[in-house]
Amino acid sequence: MRKPEQELADIKSMMERSTRFLSLSGLSGVMAGIYALIGSGMAWYWIEGSQSLGASPISNHFDLLNRLLILGSVVLILAIGTAFIFSRKKSQKNAHKLWTSASKRFMSALFIPVIAGGLFSFGLIHEGYFSMIPAATLIFYGLGLINASHFTINELKNLGLIELIIGLVAAFHPEIGLYCWAAGFGMAHIIYGAMMYYKYDR
Amino acid sequence: MKGSYDKAFENVVRLRVMSILMVNDQVDFNTLKDLLEVTDGNLASHLKNLEKQEYIQVEKSFVGRKPMTKYEATGEGKTAFQAHLDFLENLIKENKT
Repeated sequence: MRKPEQELADIKSMMERSTRFLSLSGLSGVMAGIYALIGSGMAWYWIEGSQSLGASPISNHFDLLNRLLILGSVVLILAIGTAFIFSRKKSQKNAHKLWTSASKRFMSALFIPVIAGGLFSFGLIHEGYFSMIPAATLIFYGLGLINASHFTINELKNLGLIELIIGLVAAFHPEIGLYCWAAGFGMAHIIYGAMMYYKYDR
Repeated sequence: MKGSYDKAFENVVRLRVMSILMVNDQVDFNTLKDLLEVTDGNLASHLKNLEKQEYIQVEKSFVGRKPMTKYEATGEGKTAFQAHLDFLENLIKENKT
């Protein structure tokens, strides 16, 4: 008989491995970061353009807001779509199934805070607190990642903490909100995605 | 002494199968195989053994044309596993004092 400590450790690790979603693809994180950087660049260009042109401020403002909303949605859909396709590929390669109880738990842990954050951001737009949007999206996303990290690789928790910290910085310095957004959704994703790719996917 | 040592869980594959089934409602054969990294034959014989003791129950179905076998811990199996866990925990406690 093996040592009882060893037996218990074995049992615990098996319970963990069977309840965690491990098909999350590192490359999809890198791609999401690239989309976010391109999106931030376009947003920066539009915002700078609208400020220097000095056209009628109100109509310009609404036009800009609509464009930014569409841009944000496109970035989000591309990122989620890529994550889905890459994770499906990875699960097929490892002959795992994508829709397991573990992946469902992971999804609900991530998306409940993220969807709440998205709706909250619409509330902010509705009430005119535009400067708080980068902070709100980053903070809710960070909380979602920390929550979801219980059901996938542990490192996701660190990414969540980074998003959370950048979000809080953006809350007190809304003037650099767009840079925070680019750092959190862009750079952090690329760096973490690349690290995960080298650690788990190769 | 609380708990009891269960011979059924002496083997590491059976112990692991039961660990997985304690925290998941239903698990299919291939998922078990992937998690445990054992051969088909080895896993099948251990599953048969657990099934014979009525610690797990089997549900066979078809997904398209592929047969799908799902395993689930029975109440009896869960109780036995818990008793085994208690035994191990008590053993550790006793060794410490």
